[in-house]
Amino acid sequence: MTEKTRVPVVEGFFTESGADGQPHLLGGRCPRCGAYFFPKQYSFCRNPACRSTELDDVELGNRGRLWSFTDNRFAPPPPYPALDPFEPYGVAAVELAEEQMIVLGQCARGTDMGTLRAGQEMELVVEDYFETPDEVRRVWKWRAVR
Amino acid sequence: MSDHDVVVLGAGMHPWGKWGRNFVEYGVVAAREALADAGLEWRDVQFLAAGNTMRNGYPGYVSGSTFAQALGWQGVPTSSSYGACASGAMAIEVGRARILAGLADVVLVVGADTAPKGFFGPLPGERPEDPDWLRFHVLGATNPTYFGLYARRRIEQYGASPKDFAAVKVKNSRHGLTNKYARYRKEFTFDEIDESPVVADPLRLVDICATSDGAAALVLASTEFAARRDDTSRHVRIAAVSTVGPTYPNTYLDMPDIATDSAVGASLPERSFRDAIAHAAYEEAGLGPEDLDVAEVYDLSTALELDWYENIGLCAPGEAEALLHSGATTLGGRIPVNPSGGLACFGEAIPAQAIAQVCELTWQLRGEAGERQVDGARVGLSINQGLFGHGSSVIVTR
Repeated sequence: MTEKTRVPVVEGFFTESGADGQPHLLGGRCPRCGAYFFPKQYSFCRNPACRSTELDDVELGNRGRLWSFTDNRFAPPPPYPALDPFEPYGVAAVELAEEQMIVLGQCARGTDMGTLRAGQEMELVVEDYFETPDEVRRVWKWRAVR
Repeated sequence: MSDHDVVVLGAGMHPWGKWGRNFVEYGVVAAREALADAGLEWRDVQFLAAGNTMRNGYPGYVSGSTFAQALGWQGVPTSSSYGACASGAMAIEVGRARILAGLADVVLVVGADTAPKGFFGPLPGERPEDPDWLRFHVLGATNPTYFGLYARRRIEQYGASPKDFAAVKVKNSRHGLTNKYARYRKEFTFDEIDESPVVADPLRLVDICATSDGAAALVLASTEFAARRDDTSRHVRIAAVSTVGPTYPNTYLDMPDIATDSAVGASLPERSFRDAIAHAAYEEAGLGPEDLDVAEVYDLSTALELDWYENIGLCAPGEAEALLHSGATTLGGRIPVNPSGGLACFGEAIPAQAIAQVCELTWQLRGEAGERQVDGARVGLSINQGLFGHGSSVIVTR
């Protein structure tokens, strides 16, 4: 029996090993006005005061401050790949200092939701998310920095 | 009184519930009720502006002609608008613009929905380029997930508590008790709310609005047409419709996005998106929060009602809990909010909801709201926000 291939849940949204060997979200940065975009989504800048038609590919900072968080206790409808039996999961909104934007992610497995507080430092991790018959899909998550 | 006024001649609804029938049937009931209220016939209507529903197939995407066919083809031109929860306001705005441009004297506005049970989900298929698909697949970020994030933010930022949120539910459940159009007519106690299961912490099931079937309709007319009617004593005016969008960079986390705009390289807008929705309405009407007698705000969650108090200028940021506990926003208080019972008592019938808010304001300003009447109401404001950057606010005066 061969081991399943590990692939990102969506192509091009994150790297497990960036320039510094750490996981990073992958976004766009406007070479003209400096704005960041995640996901990169388009090939042009959305700042209405900037007419740049290109965006550089960049790794976003992998640490930030917790803006808010919530613990989800009911299974969402598809296309959420709910495990059976369903497991509650946290969702965190984290402010990236350099990029000046908030990015959502699930909370890392084992996060004690009761101990989280806005303003605390969070770091990006990549974890197994769900499995298909021949693949393990991976996703980014936010974990409290201990 | 501005040059931009149009008159509400009629308002009508189909009761909210989980009736399981075709949304068109509800819309026709609401439309006929609004026409009867206006003392007009369907053939008197010169334009039909409708709000779309995304979960009822093609007829839902062409809602204007769907209702025109169901009411009986009479040649009337139609529009079919979609702006998620703001679809109804968008339809009102299209109809109003038609009147103000001098292209119609009488416009019928209709919104109706048949909603599935449980969480709203995205349309099927595998579409990573669709933010609505993405947030469900990659994060499990349902609408209540965002409501939970906003509610937790109030706790972390302002020291609010789940008990404050429950107090909104207690208030709204009392307000809606005798509203014949409301789906839930049951008074909630703090103990009952405590027993409700947590959906997206800190919010419980009863903190979050249900998904409902329902329909609402308005008959709008030019001031000239309205002045020629026999009885003008029941006429109220739409003094402003705000359907503004966000200004870049929008650094507040809005559904269904998984990230905000970056503030790098741009100065922040003067107002947050939600503040800007109300501001545009006040500017157009030449009125301010101090002029309001009644408000209908979009309580998708109990905590969100508190956010709206601040966005519409009833109090400063962080003071909504104190305003609520002062009794000011309860019937009998200085500025009752959601006398209809709000989404807490209705649940959400997406394209109908913003229209239903204006129906309630119409009845309040006419003095026809019965046991939930706000005494002497002369100015009312409705507000809500639709996914993907749709503002929705209407100011009604008499």
